[in-house]
Amino acid sequence: MSRFRQPSILPGFGLTLGFTTFFLSAIVLIPLAALIIKGSSPSLAELKEILLDPRAIASYRLSFGAALLAAVVNAIFGFIVAWTLVRYEFPGRRLVDALIDLPFALPTAVSGIALTAVFAPNGWLGLKLASFGVQVAYTWIGVVVALILIGLPFVVRSVQPALVEVQRDLEDAAETLGASPWQIFRRIILPAVLPAVLTGFTLAFARGIGEYGSVVFISGNLPMKTEITPLLIVIKLEQFEYQAAAALGLAMLVMSFIMLFAINLVQAWGRRRHVAAGR
Amino acid sequence: MAGAAHIVEERRRVPKRVRAARIALILVAVGFLGLLLIAPLAMILIQALEKGFGVFVGSFADPDTKAAIKLTLLTAAIVVPVNTVFGICAAWAIAKFEFKGKSLLITLIDLPFAISPVIAGLVFVLLFGAHGWFGAWLQERDISIIFALPGIIIATLLVTFPYVARELIPLMQQQGSDEEEAAITLGAGAWTTFLRVTLPKIRWALLYGIILCNARAMGEFGAVSVVSGHIRGLTTTMPLHVEILYNEYDFVGAFAVASLLALLAILTLVIKTFVEWQSARRTA
Repeated sequence: MSRFRQPSILPGFGLTLGFTTFFLSAIVLIPLAALIIKGSSPSLAELKEILLDPRAIASYRLSFGAALLAAVVNAIFGFIVAWTLVRYEFPGRRLVDALIDLPFALPTAVSGIALTAVFAPNGWLGLKLASFGVQVAYTWIGVVVALILIGLPFVVRSVQPALVEVQRDLEDAAETLGASPWQIFRRIILPAVLPAVLTGFTLAFARGIGEYGSVVFISGNLPMKTEITPLLIVIKLEQFEYQAAAALGLAMLVMSFIMLFAINLVQAWGRRRHVAAGR
Repeated sequence: MAGAAHIVEERRRVPKRVRAARIALILVAVGFLGLLLIAPLAMILIQALEKGFGVFVGSFADPDTKAAIKLTLLTAAIVVPVNTVFGICAAWAIAKFEFKGKSLLITLIDLPFAISPVIAGLVFVLLFGAHGWFGAWLQERDISIIFALPGIIIATLLVTFPYVARELIPLMQQQGSDEEEAAITLGAGAWTTFLRVTLPKIRWALLYGIILCNARAMGEFGAVSVVSGHIRGLTTTMPLHVEILYNEYDFVGAFAVASLLALLAILTLVIKTFVEWQSARRTA
């Protein structure tokens, strides 16, 4: 047996690892390699023209800005939701808990048209908001709302287990010693759950940058105004500009890798803190 | 997930101010979820039934709608078993053996979660599209992948790739291989060991992975939209058909198909909750 793997009496190593790497290569790695090769094939001047086109830059601004804003909103409200679900007992809690995963389970196109119907100028909420002069659907705010919906479960599901692990006796001790609720939150709860909040935030942010289905219905898709980067890629493809689509796609892929790396860093940092805290 | 591990506030004397804060937080949380989750969900049903139950049911008689439902079921029927077999193989190799490059392999399996669905479609257009790498070769042989069923299937395979594997890998790593080793030592065959020893231990996680994979396979929009070509009645899955009807201002039709997909989502959540309850009961 080679030193590639440690000996084991269990069967099936060659078969399962062989199939896994074959299938991974065929479905994921080779197609992504095609994108990397095609996306980096134009000359530097051509790449600059594609990637720094004002319409492309406007789409980055919207995609990143909206994803960032939505992730911030989710970090705050997702924490509140996770908190109430973990700490409080109220009627319908289990139902609410089960519903959190709805954005994972609901097809994005369905959440897209449903949100549009709610927030359109003649929709339930759209009508009320219009009287305050706020228009959500077909503006950048609509993009943010769609991304909040899509990102919510990431934050809640990251924070819940961390909140369960917070040591309640520490809180009780602090309370006995005269700490205010704010001090307890700031000094005991927040440090313990911060890595989880950050992980959820980054996951929601990463998902928001690439999101397509739920956004295209509510955004209105006006070039330079409410056009997200994934939509721009689709438009380039429809115009048979494969080169431009691939270059934009590669730029997004690089961004996703950076995010993935950031998530790993945050999680490693969280684990180190966990160990340092002696738990 | 966290479902089982809730700590419920024990009953003790709570100061009035704290109780008020508690009620306020619950209201904020429920209000936020109501706006974001319940309102859109209710909207689907209201819009679908806007012109009465008859029109709602009638919209399913449209042959294009029927074709879209069939195509979605066919896609899921191919994609879900393939990715289930892959997930089991990947989990077996990763959890039962120690080898070099394992953590890289795990990262690569998770990769499809990190890429935009549009890119998941784009890569196959670059490979198999008319101007793609194999485009000319495929055209000579009269094989169409893009704008046809094979394209829809491979794009769906890519976006649902990690679902089963990532449910099984951590569980099987945590369970270890003592019981399997005992079975093999006692003379059980590989297949018997898997069916009799491993499968019963992982069945709930496996089911969980399969239903999540299925929900995504049936509901995928972005990746499939890029490779499908939107040929009515031929290459439109249910989510794409929703888009077509919606853009044609056939709101009742669009929301009727959407309500089927929403039903699927709710069913997925119900099974998921049941599975979590089952596995929590086992560990309790």
